[in-house]
Amino acid sequence: MTEPRHIPIQVPVLARVEGEGTLELRVHDGVIEDLRLRIFEPPRMFEKLLEGREYSEVPDMVARICGICPVAYQMSAVHAIESILGVEPGPWVRNMRRVFYCGEWIQSHSLHIHMLAAPDLLGYSSVVEMARKFSEEVRRGLRLQALGNDIIRLLGARSVHPVGARVGGFHHAPKPKQVNLLLEKLHAALPDAEDLLRWTASLELPSDDQDFICVALRHAREYPMNEGRLVSSHGLDIPADQFETRFAEQQVPHSTALHCLLDGSPYLVGPLARLNLNFDHLPDSIRTLVDNLGIGFPSRNMHHSVVARAIEIVFAIREAIRLLEAYREPQLAYVNTMPRAGTGVGCTEAPRGILWHRYELGAEGLVIRARIVPPTSQNQSRMEDDLRQSLQSFGLNQHEDALRHFGERVIRNYDPCISCATHFLDLRISRQGS
Amino acid sequence: MADKPKVAVHKFASCDGCQLAFLNLGEDLLTLAQMVDIVHFAEAGPVNPEAAVDIAFIEGSISMPEDLERIRRIRANTRFLVTIGACATAGGLQALRNFANADEWVASIYARPEYIQSLSTSTPIAQHVKADLEIWGCPVNGRQVLAAVRSLLSGVSPWLEKDKVCMECKRQHNVCVMVAKDIPCMGPVTRSGCGAICPSFGRDCYACYGPAENPNTVALTQRLEGLGLVPEAVARRFHFITAAAPAFAEAGLRGGNMPHD
Repeated sequence: MTEPRHIPIQVPVLARVEGEGTLELRVHDGVIEDLRLRIFEPPRMFEKLLEGREYSEVPDMVARICGICPVAYQMSAVHAIESILGVEPGPWVRNMRRVFYCGEWIQSHSLHIHMLAAPDLLGYSSVVEMARKFSEEVRRGLRLQALGNDIIRLLGARSVHPVGARVGGFHHAPKPKQVNLLLEKLHAALPDAEDLLRWTASLELPSDDQDFICVALRHAREYPMNEGRLVSSHGLDIPADQFETRFAEQQVPHSTALHCLLDGSPYLVGPLARLNLNFDHLPDSIRTLVDNLGIGFPSRNMHHSVVARAIEIVFAIREAIRLLEAYREPQLAYVNTMPRAGTGVGCTEAPRGILWHRYELGAEGLVIRARIVPPTSQNQSRMEDDLRQSLQSFGLNQHEDALRHFGERVIRNYDPCISCATHFLDLRISRQGS
Repeated sequence: MADKPKVAVHKFASCDGCQLAFLNLGEDLLTLAQMVDIVHFAEAGPVNPEAAVDIAFIEGSISMPEDLERIRRIRANTRFLVTIGACATAGGLQALRNFANADEWVASIYARPEYIQSLSTSTPIAQHVKADLEIWGCPVNGRQVLAAVRSLLSGVSPWLEKDKVCMECKRQHNVCVMVAKDIPCMGPVTRSGCGAICPSFGRDCYACYGPAENPNTVALTQRLEGLGLVPEAVARRFHFITAAAPAFAEAGLRGGNMPHD
């Protein structure tokens, strides 16, 4: 570069992320002077809306935080509340909650891969444009997305804001006949999912190894969904109810979403972090499939997130098959609950990573306080770190459009769900952060 | 390409769930994209918020100062404006703040309230600009949005469901959860369109499709109290997903003291 350049780049609306955000980048003399991922999602103040509501209302309320991952919000909430009420819903509910979650992972990951990420990787502005050349790939993706929705509907009646989950279990148990119909679809979809996995691995993905901390749940035997300890690639290993001793959220001026840090450092949650920390808990058949792709996990290349999502789709289909093949219709799909005062925590693996909830209930069962830490606010700082590093190595002397496209692609790779990132700071917590 | 009708999907304060009515269409999404030109739909790719269009779908409620100007520009640029979902049509769950002192919420809760530009209310789109069609539901579904596109572009008056959920339950031969199991159900005052999925699952309707035509909220309040609900619990039933819809707003205020007073 022969002359100093000052490039203020503003991407007014980030396309193909759920919700809206802006990336502001200021480059001076070939060096990034300022980089801000702005999230201007209107604050909806959910944690405040929850105060004064009865615990039984919470699953239907928190679903509304995110239309893409309502199951995750319902699952973290019911686990937190059941821990307060001292309720153990038993193996049928446990298994069906896992099936429910499989549906959401399949739906959300398929949507991200085909509608949000693949157009980037193949140079199209939308899935509709991409469908003209990649008709079969897009249709395969739409089929998988529909399959995920079918699983959610089995237990939740509809796929967006499903109505089946309740504290203590489910409102309704599916009939064996419905389960068998779904099982047929799941078996039929496995070849689609495996083709998808091979296809994502064959895409030309940039090799850009970075140093980052991965955080996910870890269960003694299973690939994590609803249960597990919080672990990191750098030695963290704590129960979920100790989250607040190590993780702190901060409010930053340029965003309505909070930034969450682990011992003061940015970290990654989501499919790649989950896979990196739990690869050994995948079934042998899937491990073999992945070993043949030529990608080694754990991976430090963020661009492998798309492959990680495809792996989790294959896993979720197999897991749903495994659980539904043993299906028995129960007498009652839930256990009864009684109000009790206390505080409880729930942490589950949303499609985009760990989703942590804490509720305080009064003796009458009304919510006194709620705190929700969604995956996107946890990935905020990691996204900014990644952007600083990868834009610098991409070359800041590139044309503005190229820089913009590259920046967008880096962000989309995290599948940021900006509606989820909408919440506000609890005053007590913010003192810890500052 | 040039003579295809143009469609935009805009987002305000929402969970993005109603946009999924389009993104979950599967094969029909590709068909829709052949029939119309989707010029603005940030979540799906195209970004052109200022384009002149035939139909603008609006998800989300008005909750920030800049929303007011943005919705006026969208109105000026479109032939038809269609609100989709509880947020755009009734202010959404976040309109619960309309019944509280929202300024106090922000001041007492945000560590740095000066960074937050938020209106003290969350309001429906039609309170600010004319809406040609309001589709209820939290969330709306693909059948509803496709029907809206079809009828508006064919010059047919769109048909809206206004029946009570009870009617849908009867059509489906559901056993009434309120009569048979004493479960406090909102079906008698709630608009159909969801397929009565909650009573079909043996649970109470929680009114996510908003008020039906001529809802008798007084009679339902009495029935809910008869089932043992205290006034505050009755109020919470009305002040939920579509709290700011006038019939429910009023019934909730009448029914008891709101928890945030």
